[in-house]
Amino acid sequence: MLNRIDLHPTHRHGEFPLRAGKPMPFGATLVPGGVNFSVYSRYATSCELALFRKHAPEPFAIIPFLPEFRVGNVFAMVVFELDYENIEYAYRMDGPWDPEHGQRFDKTKFLLDPYAKCIGGRDVWGVEPDWDNVYPHRARVFFDDFDWEDDCQSDIPFEDLVVYEMHVRSFTAHESAKVKHPGTFAALREKIPYLKQLGINCVELLPIHEFDEFENSRPSPVTGERLLNYWGYSNVGFFAPKAGYAATGKYGMQVDELKNTIKELHKNGIEVILDVVFNHTAEGNERGHTISYRGIDNKTYYMLTPEGYYFNFSGCGNTLNCNNPIVRNMILDCLRYWVADYHIDGFRFDLAAILGRDQNGAPMNSPPLLETLAFDPVLGKCKLIDEAWDAGGLYQVGSFPSWGRWAEWNGKYRDDIRRFLKGEPGMVGAIAQRLHGSPDLYQWQNRETCASVNFITCHDGFTLMDLVSYNGKHNEANGENNNDGGNDNESWNCGWEGSSDDPGILWLRRKQIKNAATILLVSQGTPMILAGDEMGNSQNGNNNAYCQDNLLSWLDWNLLEQNTELFRFFQRMIAFRQTHPALRYSTYLSGADQGTEVSWHGLKAWDADWSDSSRTLAFMCRRPGEQDVSCIYVAMNMHWDAHHFELPSPNDGRNWHVFANTDVAPPDDIVEPGQEILLENQHGFLVGPRSVVVLVGR
Amino acid sequence: METNAYNIEMQDGVARITLSGQLDAARAPALQEALKELIGQPVEKIVFLAKELDYIASAGLRVIIFAKQRIGAGAQVYLVGAQPAVLDVIKMSGLDTFMNIQEDFEA
Repeated sequence: MLNRIDLHPTHRHGEFPLRAGKPMPFGATLVPGGVNFSVYSRYATSCELALFRKHAPEPFAIIPFLPEFRVGNVFAMVVFELDYENIEYAYRMDGPWDPEHGQRFDKTKFLLDPYAKCIGGRDVWGVEPDWDNVYPHRARVFFDDFDWEDDCQSDIPFEDLVVYEMHVRSFTAHESAKVKHPGTFAALREKIPYLKQLGINCVELLPIHEFDEFENSRPSPVTGERLLNYWGYSNVGFFAPKAGYAATGKYGMQVDELKNTIKELHKNGIEVILDVVFNHTAEGNERGHTISYRGIDNKTYYMLTPEGYYFNFSGCGNTLNCNNPIVRNMILDCLRYWVADYHIDGFRFDLAAILGRDQNGAPMNSPPLLETLAFDPVLGKCKLIDEAWDAGGLYQVGSFPSWGRWAEWNGKYRDDIRRFLKGEPGMVGAIAQRLHGSPDLYQWQNRETCASVNFITCHDGFTLMDLVSYNGKHNEANGENNNDGGNDNESWNCGWEGSSDDPGILWLRRKQIKNAATILLVSQGTPMILAGDEMGNSQNGNNNAYCQDNLLSWLDWNLLEQNTELFRFFQRMIAFRQTHPALRYSTYLSGADQGTEVSWHGLKAWDADWSDSSRTLAFMCRRPGEQDVSCIYVAMNMHWDAHHFELPSPNDGRNWHVFANTDVAPPDDIVEPGQEILLENQHGFLVGPRSVVVLVGR
Repeated sequence: METNAYNIEMQDGVARITLSGQLDAARAPALQEALKELIGQPVEKIVFLAKELDYIASAGLRVIIFAKQRIGAGAQVYLVGAQPAVLDVIKMSGLDTFMNIQEDFEA
């Protein structure tokens, strides 16, 4: 309908010919000869379109939506003869000001279109904004002509994924990254050869939707340096990429730059998952700025208390009203847009438990939003991953409404593996579940191993190096008296808090990192690695670096030389996982008897020690019917003494070969997959203190 | 200020488009209209001669994309002699991947 070539003006406002627009789709859409502007508001009494020349402080035209341009609760109008490449547009809405009843209209405010596909105003990262700007985040009309050539969603099975979680800016902002445009999508593209070398096949990007790095910015009481909203878990616009992450943001070409980066990642067999934040917006509570949603329809977009205040299940001031039908549709439109127009392969939903709360905040049994996403045709091949908790205390790991479709960040995996690693007793039973894809959490829902995204570290919390270097968090630089960030880190400093030059401590820390990498990459489910862990990156004990746009967060690529052995270990463990289908079951393995797919062992073969004092566990798994090398034995000794593990027979005339032994100094700690060394004693192995051994039967 | 920021020549399957000055939102549409004349012709190579081009805006880049997509799917696109500032924008945005970037063009 929008392509009718006889679309002609019927009205005029000043120099602009107009006509009634099409209510769908929402947003600004190019139509022959003009632009169709469409915006929803249920309670606004009138609406105006304001047009700015790019970067201009004042609008050059204000065009009211005539009464005949309103369809239902939608204002829709076509404006002809617009120089759309050079303008920015805003809305102004009039309506009741009655905060007690949730109404906060203010006809003087210039409002960002919730469906803006391209947002200017913060074009270059970290450039001090003009605080007097009447319209700081500026919607632009976007012309879609990107050439994807033969690119398509890559659709790697969940169980074959190795996810690499990264912050676009942190990844390349450090000068040691040696890229042309540090901290940008273009730089990420430049680093693709590194990602290939490491062997991961999926990047999960911390938020890349337009956000305001200056939201709540303040000087650090420790360093005096300016603290920013660095991670960006606070959306200004859901449909637009972060301009400041694009080297071409200053030319308004962030959309092209991001799409080209995704296209290039796909060409290299790497999927792209976006971390999406639908639980709140950057507008904060009643004291926050009005950017868009509050001024367009406060009661629709936000969960409000009976007194008209903002519910705060997100811990960030407001809560998006996700199960309101209008907001639900916006989220669906948004995700479909990112899949169809950006070829995104999956989404990780921040504080996703909020998405299952009703409009009064109560958790629902079958939340319509989650069900809609699970069955949506456009999202049909895309990966949906939830963070199954929220800041309001709802914790749904294992019980998140999934329709067999959602996977989730397995927080229990992280906590249990950490406890086991530091030698806590009583963990062996839980560890067997975690290694096995956590059937205790997911099998009752008929979910499979791929429901579990396994991780030991993520952006939220210690890096792996800090997990083995600090007992407690050290967040003083965040300026919140070390009150921010989690306290339940389950970390162990290996004998000294923080940096150390004691060779024994350093040796143990590196070994613990290798133990963690090994356990993660032999676990059934989908492993996720935090960017930088493979080179021993530290944040000096800060477990919540959300505001640190500096060396603390930026990945120091010099570490790659310093910690070659860690990189090599990760690289080979990833390659090992990809070589052996037995480590990548999509369904739960069965049985504990000899001959079946998985069996549990201890210091004695076929006899795992499940007792409370046990800190040792081994398992053997193989893929029946496959005559390749897929018979694997992993022995884990998290006790501080060495222990002799009796080995089960690998069957079929095979012999055990050593792939990795974290108790051995490099380069003999790990070999190339396929180059494993025949074990002299086929009946037993002395596993060193706090060490993991991986054998292959062939 | 020149009236045209471009000149188009077509010979032996090679379309040579000489660009100069600034290819911005004000000038790009005229070039795009002119390029439409090539649709349907047997074009094998689309060559943008850019030595004299001082500045290219996103609208200008869109014309290059347009040329690639509309004139001939099989046609090769060349960008020849681009100045560093122009080349930089093209590389940052990633558009360098679907065109041949050369110092000089030899047919």
